[in-house]
Amino acid sequence: MTRGEPTLQAIELTKRFPGVIALDAVSLDIYPGEVHALVGENGAGKSTLIKLINGVYGADEGELRLEGEPVAFTGPRQAWEAGISTTFQEINLEPFMTVAQNLLLGREPMRGFGLIDVKKMNADAARLLRRYGISVDERRPLGSVGVAVQQMIGIVRAVSTDAKVVILDEPTSSLEPNEVEQLFRVIRILRDDGVALLYVSHDLDEIFELCDQVTVLRDGRRVHTGPVADITRLELVATMLGRDVQDVRSSGKTAFDIEGRRIGVEPVLAASGLSRHRVLSAVSVDVRAGEVVGLAGLLGSGRSETVQGIFGLLRLDDGEIKVNQAVLKRGSPAAAVSKGVGLLPEDRKAEGIVPTMSVKDNITLAAGRSVARWGFVSSSKVEEIVRKYIERLQIKVTDLDQNVGELSGGNQQKVLLARLLSNEPEVVLLDEPTRGIDVGAKAEIQALIDELAIEGLAVILISSELEDVIEGSNRVFVLKEGMVVGELQDDAISEDAVMDLIAHAVTDARPESA
Amino acid sequence: MTAVTSPAPAVTSERSWRFIRENGVYLALAAVVLFNLIATPNFASLRNLQLQLVQVAPVVIVALGMALVIGTAGIDLSVGAVMALAAAMVAVFVEQSPWLAIGMALVAGVAAGLLNGSLVAFLGIQPIIATLGLFVAGRGIALAFTSGRLVEIFDPTLAALGQNRLWGVPIAALLAGLLALVTALMVRRTQFGRNVIAIGGNPRAALGAGLPVRRVLLIVYVISAVFAAIAGTLVTARSAAADPSFVGLLIELSAITAVVVGGTPLSGGKVRVLGTVAGAFLMQLVFSTLIRHDLSDADARMVQAAIIIAAVYFQRDRGSS
Repeated sequence: MTRGEPTLQAIELTKRFPGVIALDAVSLDIYPGEVHALVGENGAGKSTLIKLINGVYGADEGELRLEGEPVAFTGPRQAWEAGISTTFQEINLEPFMTVAQNLLLGREPMRGFGLIDVKKMNADAARLLRRYGISVDERRPLGSVGVAVQQMIGIVRAVSTDAKVVILDEPTSSLEPNEVEQLFRVIRILRDDGVALLYVSHDLDEIFELCDQVTVLRDGRRVHTGPVADITRLELVATMLGRDVQDVRSSGKTAFDIEGRRIGVEPVLAASGLSRHRVLSAVSVDVRAGEVVGLAGLLGSGRSETVQGIFGLLRLDDGEIKVNQAVLKRGSPAAAVSKGVGLLPEDRKAEGIVPTMSVKDNITLAAGRSVARWGFVSSSKVEEIVRKYIERLQIKVTDLDQNVGELSGGNQQKVLLARLLSNEPEVVLLDEPTRGIDVGAKAEIQALIDELAIEGLAVILISSELEDVIEGSNRVFVLKEGMVVGELQDDAISEDAVMDLIAHAVTDARPESA
Repeated sequence: MTAVTSPAPAVTSERSWRFIRENGVYLALAAVVLFNLIATPNFASLRNLQLQLVQVAPVVIVALGMALVIGTAGIDLSVGAVMALAAAMVAVFVEQSPWLAIGMALVAGVAAGLLNGSLVAFLGIQPIIATLGLFVAGRGIALAFTSGRLVEIFDPTLAALGQNRLWGVPIAALLAGLLALVTALMVRRTQFGRNVIAIGGNPRAALGAGLPVRRVLLIVYVISAVFAAIAGTLVTARSAAADPSFVGLLIELSAITAVVVGGTPLSGGKVRVLGTVAGAFLMQLVFSTLIRHDLSDADARMVQAAIIIAAVYFQRDRGSS
């Protein structure tokens, strides 16, 4: 394949933040007609590099060239107008307008008198959608179609207005498998059209399936660039972690080690008959001290809804939750927290982090009684707790008053875990604790879950990666369409058993109201 | 690897820009004071300073409550109407006892706050709409209490509250200072203050952390209304008359301006108490300076508008997170 000139060249880009060098003289060439993977642990500098390329940040040193011309963007819009499009930076996407209006926003076919030729607009949009194999009615409001389709509309709109570089920042993190396939199809069409694509992902399968080149960042530096075909998975992981291949091979798949947990007799938390119209149908789960109970099932099976129902974030039509034999008030997270139940939410940005507060305040947000007396917060007690958890969870911060938004995804997740633990709970509900974070942090969090169980905490674990649930749990409840379709214990837990239940268990269609 | 790394020297331009953005209100206030010291005769006279303090006190008090409400990403449009309600209460009850009158004014504040807070916290109505109700109705109710008239008040206790000084400082200003101190303590040192900030910063996270979100919202609106009632009582005491048509008219705008100019973002999640006080002083001084230097009232308002827009411009946070 002739590569020609790179579409986008980043030349020795450097970006400093107070106390850290986020990116240290990193260079990157993206060629037309190639999908270039960008990988690295959290905090490696991926987000910073992307934000330098798409104009969110300005570089302290270094240069950016688009088709050979030096460019300096003063904001994301300038970058977008120059032809650099980033998924999920919803510039110019309007959820209340139709798919067609969004696709042709600002260049609608006109009929004179300033009127839009709606018929032609819809026909043009339909043609575009067909070309990229996206099956959606162009007349529907954008906000009513799935996340995947919205993303693809954004990409198609960008390339149809002459985007030369498309940055895909973890585009599949909230997609279902069939949606991922659809997205990949679109990406391949773009590649064949000569668009230069930068693809950021934590998922090795995706990188090996889709990408041509791969660049690895570690601690703000570039440590590897080369064709994907020339590197093995193990080598790639080792490069990301900065370790020898041998180390990685010997450390096993996950960091779980379920030996050594002493499991209690009575359940610490028992939920029975949890029901909500069209979402949950008589779901019963329980967990004992020292036990990790996994909830397995596909997206939309009711996994997250079950823990949200228990915690009181999701209103239930029916059901009873008992903590240490005492009935928990339904629908009140405050009551759940005061009885020793904690939830690590699935979406840490939207439901966990308070972006305007410091690391310190985020960690101790829920730690009411242990840091305050008569309503007054003791700063020495706050510091004590914060230092303890920063130490224990190895949270990387420049100082305790650092704004939490400056931390990487993995460290933000650790901040939320610290918040959860600083409240000294008896049961924790962990909804996707390792999602979207890098391999190293993931292993640390898995090991922590282990430790917590050994210390006697009751844990309910949700993960979309079956491997995590299988290897980490003492018991697994399998959910399908809002119902529990099976319960597996100890040696009976295997990927095959779970998948068999998901594939073959019979449910009576969608659960109706209880 | 160590968990806590020591901070290295940051890029100077970014740091100084940040300093200006975060302390702009104090720099601006210092500049206005300096200008007046040089260019305005008698600016530093005791009489003038006392006058400025008396005039700014009600705005400071109302703005403190407003800062808490804005901290939760809310807004309270009803503060001016609540001031009028408080004035009406004073007028109605002052003949029985000045203390009863003050008490009833505060009760009116609590009631108004409970109404606003319940609409926001329990019914989930958007704050701007929820408080619009009292904004419209409050002044009407107040006028009904006083039969639509200005009521003159001859009461020595209230007169003392409105006109006396302690160590040369008007009592209204002392009270405003005290409330500012209490509010600052609340924001910085109490669980309640942190809850306010958390709710404004990310309501879903606050709920998920088990914080008493509804109770905090309710209390915030009660505080705002009670502070407004205090301001209304002070204005009434100073002017020796309760005039529900004019007491606190448009003060919601001055209060919001003081809060925003002082560095508290309208999007919530942050409360700057000292900034709010400085913001109120800045707007007061700019206005009085312009009047003293023979600008018309209309021109002075335009300058005020320019300051508000400039403050919001400087605050906008480009591409955070």
